[in-house]
Parts: sequence; C-alpha cells; structure tokens
Amino acid sequence: MARKQTNPREDAAPAAPPSNGKIRLATVWMGGCSGCHMSFLDLDEKLLDLFAQADLVYSPIADLKEFPENVDVTLVEGAIANVDHVKLAKEIRERSKIVVSFGDCAVTGNVTSLRNRLQVDDLLTKVYHEGPGSVPHGDDDDIMPALLPRVIPLHQLIKVDAFIPGCPPDTDRIWTAVSALLAGQPVEFEPEMRLFG
Amino acid sequence: MPVVTLTVNDELVSGQSGQSLLSLLKELGIEMPTLCHLEGLSDRGGCRLCMVELQGSKRLFAACVTPVQEGMVVYTHTERLNNYRRMILELLFAERNHVCAVCVQNGHCELQTQAAKNGMDSVRYDYLVPDLPMDASHERYVLDHNRCILCTRCVRVCDEIEGAHVWDLMGRGVNSRVIAGLNQPWGDSDSCTKCGKCVQVCPTGALTLRGSTVAEMEKQHDFLKWILTGREKKQWDYS
Repeated sequence: MARKQTNPREDAAPAAPPSNGKIRLATVWMGGCSGCHMSFLDLDEKLLDLFAQADLVYSPIADLKEFPENVDVTLVEGAIANVDHVKLAKEIRERSKIVVSFGDCAVTGNVTSLRNRLQVDDLLTKVYHEGPGSVPHGDDDDIMPALLPRVIPLHQLIKVDAFIPGCPPDTDRIWTAVSALLAGQPVEFEPEMRLFG
Repeated sequence: MPVVTLTVNDELVSGQSGQSLLSLLKELGIEMPTLCHLEGLSDRGGCRLCMVELQGSKRLFAACVTPVQEGMVVYTHTERLNNYRRMILELLFAERNHVCAVCVQNGHCELQTQAAKNGMDSVRYDYLVPDLPMDASHERYVLDHNRCILCTRCVRVCDEIEGAHVWDLMGRGVNSRVIAGLNQPWGDSDSCTKCGKCVQVCPTGALTLRGSTVAEMEKQHDFLKWILTGREKKQWDYS
C-alpha cells in the first residue's frame, strides 16, 4: 500500500529548460474563496525571488483566457465543484508537468464541499428561489457552469503530484513548497506545516 | 512485580509484568500515536493507531491492550505499521465530516495533529459525507456527530470517573452513534450531572462548550490525574 503522494511524478522533470531558462508557473482558481491566492500574494518580497526564476504563464491575477501548453508547475486552488472545473482540471493535467493541490479545498474539498449533504436542486432553491432573482441552471444556457452533484478534491479527478494543506496555507508553507519545486525537489513538510485547517 | 525482559526495536528493555505494552513504550520515550487511549481511563484498543508488530505473528497488536511478556520482540514503526496508521486516519476523515477549517477545535484537535504527524497529506478514499445531526439540547455543552470518531472516551470517563454512565454507543460499524441515555436529547438526560468531563476528554470537536466558535475550543485533561491521585492515594493537591 506504499505510495509516494508527496513526491512529484517520477517521470516529471521540473527543471526542464524552457526557452528563457525560467520555470513556467501557473496558478489556477477553482472552487475556492481565493484566500490561497491572497496568501500567495503575501509572499511579498519573496515574489521577486520567485519571478527571477519563474514566469507566471496563467493565473487569476494575470487575466489569460486559455490554459497554455508546456507548463512546468501548476498550483490549483479550490475544489472541483462544477463542469467547468472538470474540463479545466483535465487540460491542466495534460499540459502541466507537476500539478499541486494548493490549500485545503483542493486537497480535501473543505468549505466548498460543505454543500455535499444537500441535493444540488435544494441548494439552488435555498440560494436563488428563496432569494431575489431567477435560478441559473447551467445545463442549457452556456453561461453558468452546471454544479456537480458532489464537490470532490482535485486528486479524485486527476493525478496530483504534491499537496499544500492549510486554509489558507501560510506563506512559509507556500514558500517551502514553491522553492522545492523550483529546485526540482519533492515537496516535503514538517508535521506542523502539514496540519489541515 | 516480577520484571520481564523483551526486545523493542532491536534493543533489550525490561518492564513490569502485567503492565501494558503501550505504557512501557511511553516510559521508553517512544512516541506512539493514540486516539482512544487516555491516561486514567480503561483501554479498549479501538482506534488501532498504537498497533505494533510482534515477531512470530502476522497479525498486528494494539499496544494499549497487549500486556508485556518475557521474550517479546516488538517493532513499533515499521513501514507496514506507518502505512496502516495513515490508512486508519484517512478512513476516519472519510467517514464523517471533519472540516478542520470551520471546526471549533481547529488547531487543538488530536485527530488533526495525528494526521499531520503520521504523514497524511490527503485522503485517498471517497468521503462518505453522512448527513449527521447535532445535539444542542444541553444547557452547557454541544454534541456534533460530524466530528465524532467513536473513541468512547466520553463513554468511559462518564462511567468510570463520574459514575453517571450517561453516554453509550448505538448501532454498528459506520452507523454507530454516541447516545445520551436511551437515545434521547442530551439536555433531557436525568443522569447527566453537567460536570463536563466528557467534553474535556473528547479528542476532537465532537463535544464542545456551548457558544464556542471556530478554533476556540481547547481541552484540559489534567483533572483526570488529579481525581485519580486523590481517590487512589488520598492525596488531594489544592496548590
């Protein structure tokens, strides 16, 4: 039953040289509150060190529409909650060497998954029918993505190479993980940095 | 008590006959993960985290309910054991709704700590997401079945220390529930003395003080040692 969930994929080559010698880094925002990205921005001056070694090729803070090809490392915030997340997650897996579950929602489902004990229709009724406005369905209007019956953590949909727990993960955890990935090392945390919540 | 000699992780050690293997391992300074065990309460071997390998047997033994024996050869942290411990913790997380980020005991929870210590970085099983109730009928405390791991510390402390036996278990397997009285709202229990011992020994956010919010709940176990020293040795330390 041994498995190496904390290690990047063995066939992955994180330090593979892109054209300008920099790591191609992406960050993605799925079913989460963006708190993990806020914590990422809290890296403050370490962001300068990070972007000396990496190019940000896709991110909610970079406004790019398409997830690009040949990404070295992708940090995914948030759980898989709707059909758009499923589609994007599969693209991310195909186009990234290393995929990292970034924060508790991606790792466990966390707060996003609190709705799992409710039927999706009941959920929409609670939020929309009983509130103002009309109910978006998503099945036919191509505007709102349809909700999945159940929110799932990222690794239940695609293979994940490393996990950064925390709600949100503090900057020490993020830096520990990111600097290991930049150096082509597996992500390893001390027990106190592995706490959920 | 006669002394027995045994081998723990390839070192010769001695223990007292009749002593549990877990208590010896603790004396030796070997850190053993536990959840259902609590110093001062009877042991039940329920959580299985303290399992050890004994040479000559394929099955694993819960150290808390295994007495030390002459010539025993014990291994406490083999890869097999570490894998099983992680698996147990993942199954506990998958069985009920342990959402640490919004739990009253976030940061002070024994389940959360054991998961981190034993290398659990994710849960590989499907979450069962059971629809479980809370019992907020008691004037002082709250029971949240979503966080309960069925360790039965509450059952044992109420029976063995307080002598009220308000708590017990109902059902089997994943359908087991801790119940007050004959499965009645806790607040309606005539036998509950409102002492709060169950709340203080609960390792997770299943039993909490009424009104506590996220990450506010911390538990104190000191009272158990104080009561037991007083009862057994007639030494009541009021300092």
